[in-house]
Amino acid sequence: MDIGRFLLTSITTTALAFVVGMFYAGFRRKITARVQNRVGPPVYQNFIDVVKLWSKKSNITHGVMQHLAPLWQIATSITTLMFIPILVDSTFFVNLTFKGDLIFLLYLMVVGSLGMALGAGEGGNPNSAIGVTRGLTQMIGFEIPWVMALVALMIQHQTTTIVGLMDVQQASGTWLMFSSPFAFLAALLAMPGMFRYSPFDIVGAPAELASGPISEFGGKYLGTLMTNGSIFAFVKLVLYVDIFMGGATNLVLLVVKTFVLYMFPVLWGLVSPRFRTEQSVRFFWGWPLFFGLLGILQAAFL
Amino acid sequence: MVNDKESRKIVDIIQDFARKSSLFVLAYGTGCGAIEIPPTMTSRYDAERFGIRGAATPRQADVLLITGYLATKSLKRVIRAYEQMQNPKYIIGFGSCTINGGMYWDSYNTINRLDMYMPVDVYINGCMPRPEAVIAGFAKLQKLIQAGKADGWERYQNNLEFYRKNQKKIIHNWVMPDYNW
Ligand code: SF4
Repeated sequence: MDIGRFLLTSITTTALAFVVGMFYAGFRRKITARVQNRVGPPVYQNFIDVVKLWSKKSNITHGVMQHLAPLWQIATSITTLMFIPILVDSTFFVNLTFKGDLIFLLYLMVVGSLGMALGAGEGGNPNSAIGVTRGLTQMIGFEIPWVMALVALMIQHQTTTIVGLMDVQQASGTWLMFSSPFAFLAALLAMPGMFRYSPFDIVGAPAELASGPISEFGGKYLGTLMTNGSIFAFVKLVLYVDIFMGGATNLVLLVVKTFVLYMFPVLWGLVSPRFRTEQSVRFFWGWPLFFGLLGILQAAFL
Repeated sequence: MVNDKESRKIVDIIQDFARKSSLFVLAYGTGCGAIEIPPTMTSRYDAERFGIRGAATPRQADVLLITGYLATKSLKRVIRAYEQMQNPKYIIGFGSCTINGGMYWDSYNTINRLDMYMPVDVYINGCMPRPEAVIAGFAKLQKLIQAGKADGWERYQNNLEFYRKNQKKIIHNWVMPDYNW
């Protein structure tokens, strides 16, 4: 693949992730508003917010690491995006697949949060420090069922690539969500933790921690973080769709599938108050972990 | 398009549109007027449909909403919060107490005129103003921003000595950090 074409396709892929993710965030605000019997902001409100944050005339940082943290996060998200097949057998979108990329992704997906932890620490705000410790604790919670679900799939199908898992679904004609239901349940229950929506919004917790790690980020830094949030949401949703729902053959199908999946953490969050940290970890180490174990047993013995 | 000093560039117009349609509000609940903020933000009056939403920290906020009387002690906190906000930033003075002292005008521990100490962009009068009035105040601020006339933060930068002199008259033990724009 020559470099010009690679640049073009990677920019297109990123732009697609940005636009879709931003609209999803807008729909989330709209749906929240409708559930609360409000009119709500327009669905494109998040674009306006990002433009506004980027047109701030002053942007304060407390040091190099805080300056770099949002960049670090967005770089990680875009790199992750490049390893995920957007469409089945697409020749246009970038997909740097290699043997073992599923294991690589498990590591890559948390690198952004670690960079953010360093940047938030430099701000010196106590709320950030509390938010970071909470975030890392919660990560121990949901990563375990999530990894177990992926390990179950890898054992069952003897492959460590996302493309391999998609091929399995193409060949058998059923989605892994039906043929490996326990792994799917474990991964699905781990998902609200990844999105950090209520009841797992213990990291941001606006009323309690003053938005936690991001409390010292204003202006263009906050804008970058919002951009990153929507790209990363898209990345996670596409990954789930690829692994469990057979991927998508065209963009419309992709948007429909990811949106349906996205509604799960959103709607759950709308009707739930916030957990405490230990409640959240206990939740993830309960049923999701149990389903993960069942998934591995199913993969090993059935 | 002629680009002399008077006319505004197209990028200014776009930026001002974005600023006006997305106001993150830091509500500083000093006075009794703060009780009108929850109904303004929640289901009954739903300020979010105009792009107005709460911000968690001063760093993220655009609008500082001063809801009512300011005690001499809280003035110091409010100044620190205001100076942490990123430009361009706006202040809305809320209730008669911020305009002339309201019913606390002869109190020993409140300030009377807010704009002696901080640059106010929009006043909302009433004691206390109803949510409709609050939203009308926000609409006024949005009009000013769109016209590029909400320049309180510039006034603060340019007349810093004036504001500092007044602030120090009230706050005797001045142990504030140096200004960083
Ligand atoms: S204007 Fe009236 S309602 Fe508002 S703070 Fe003053 S006394 Fe209270």
